[in-house]
Amino acid sequence: MLEISGLRAGYGEVEVLRGIDIAVHSGEIVAVLGSNGVGKTTLNHVLSGVLTPRAGSITFEGRSLMGAASTAIVEAGLIHVPEGRKIFPNMNVRENLELGSYRRAKNNRARNLERVFETFPRLRERMGQAAGTLSGGEQQMVAIGRGMMAEPRLLILDEPSLGLSPLLVEEMFTLIRKLNADGMPIMLVEQNVVQSLEIAQRAYIIENGIVTMAGTAESIASDPELKRAYLGL
Amino acid sequence: MYSLPIVAEAMLNGLLTGAVYALIALGLTLVYGVLHIINFAHGAFLTCAMFAVWLANTFLGLDPYLAILPLTLIFFAIGYAVQRFVIGPASHGDDGNILLITLGLSIVIENALLAGFRSDTRSLMTDYSFNVFEVGPLLISQARLFGFLGAVVVTGLLWLLLAATDTGKAIRAVAKEKLGARLVGINVSHVFAVTFGIGCATLAIAACLLMPTFYVNPRVGGAFVLVAFTIVVLGGMGSITGALIGGLFIGVVESLCGLFLGESLGQIGIFIIFILVLLFRPTGLFGARA
Ligand SMILES: Nc1ncnc2c1ncn2[C@@H]1O[C@H](COP(=O)(O)OP(=O)(O)O)[C@@H](O)[C@H]1O
Ligand SMILES: [Mg+2]
Repeated sequence: MLEISGLRAGYGEVEVLRGIDIAVHSGEIVAVLGSNGVGKTTLNHVLSGVLTPRAGSITFEGRSLMGAASTAIVEAGLIHVPEGRKIFPNMNVRENLELGSYRRAKNNRARNLERVFETFPRLRERMGQAAGTLSGGEQQMVAIGRGMMAEPRLLILDEPSLGLSPLLVEEMFTLIRKLNADGMPIMLVEQNVVQSLEIAQRAYIIENGIVTMAGTAESIASDPELKRAYLGL
Repeated sequence: MYSLPIVAEAMLNGLLTGAVYALIALGLTLVYGVLHIINFAHGAFLTCAMFAVWLANTFLGLDPYLAILPLTLIFFAIGYAVQRFVIGPASHGDDGNILLITLGLSIVIENALLAGFRSDTRSLMTDYSFNVFEVGPLLISQARLFGFLGAVVVTGLLWLLLAATDTGKAIRAVAKEKLGARLVGINVSHVFAVTFGIGCATLAIAACLLMPTFYVNPRVGGAFVLVAFTIVVLGGMGSITGALIGGLFIGVVESLCGLFLGESLGQIGIFIIFILVLLFRPTGLFGARA
């Protein structure tokens, strides 16, 4: 449903993405892995229309999103839960979630709000609390819940485990698997190689702005090169 | 010393004037809170709005209170267009540029008004300008009471807009987290322009409420904005409640200073407060952050 090919983008003189090819099919969890600074977040910014691509193509459900405005991309259902959460700190949990349906699925707002509260009972308790005062894990729940409010056709998660305790990381990955089991395709962008490969069907490894490895999660997990580079084995 | 009723009347008058000051400060503080810029053209827009009230009254016979609705809409549209098609594109996302652009805009507007209207002072000829209500021993100017009520209602409506509508929530979202706002599909340029438009619209309302008892010349807006700026600093940059309470407070201070120090020194108290706030509480009374 998402096909990216030959994608190039960067900042000023610096080219960060140097020809990326990635595909996500419906129903999948696809992991996009790589260490810090290889261009994962840059890729997500291009996909959500925040950064303008320089070359290549992005096709989402048969439609080109190359250079599309972020408003149109959200409308199409390509929803991005960003690195660092980027929730609205001055607004309460409920308002944060409501704004998730600002552009899409507005008519189902009440129903989807209920669904998010069922997924994250903690957020129901904290409904009236300013989002900026929540713990890191709760803020990540708000960010994901806000994404769910738009009824994503495809959900991009950028480092959802970043800054969480090991226990919460485990919980987060379980939740991602559950969202996917309920029918949502997910592109999981992570540095956490081991746990991401456990829940993904396929994976891509990015190094220096290009994909250096692609395949099923099992084949990548057992690759000797990957073990050496990422797992220190 | 003055008798109690005279002091009470001065305080009451101060409250009435202060509400309109608050209304003028409201747009300034909203634009600052959302766009993070000080709009140097705020005073020039107020002058324009006051001239618009005067023109509508003089040439179309339109009562200033009836002019509120059309002028609010017109000034919202002007503000929206200026931000969306002039300030936004010209700034290239650099706040320093925006400051210069609004400053330039204010100079252009003021000089255009000087060319068109000379520096003459004009006022309205309404037959109710001097009507008063008697409340016990106090005399209350009818036009000032309307100004007070209008300002309080507009502040309340604005608060409601920000708290309860999607547009208002989008404005608050953009104020604190632009990337997050874009990722839920909020058009940030549009929200900036709506915010700027609201700022201009509140000026149009303030102009309609002021003109029955005030005058207009091409420089009149500047004096108001100096006071409004003090209110914004006092109330906390970006705080709506702060603007309302700060405005009322400044109105009373000005009125009492005028009573005790003489009319021409009325504004001294305001600027002493301005300096004291900057020295001892630079985030303002309601400002949460530096
Ligand atoms: N706004 C920016 N301006 C300039 N360079 C940037 C910007 N954002 C990221 N970069 C650079 O782009 C490279 C990739 O960053 P990023 O996409 O954030 O990597 P990742 O998400 O994989 O850690 C880094 O070298 C980073 O310094
Ligand atoms: Mg990143």
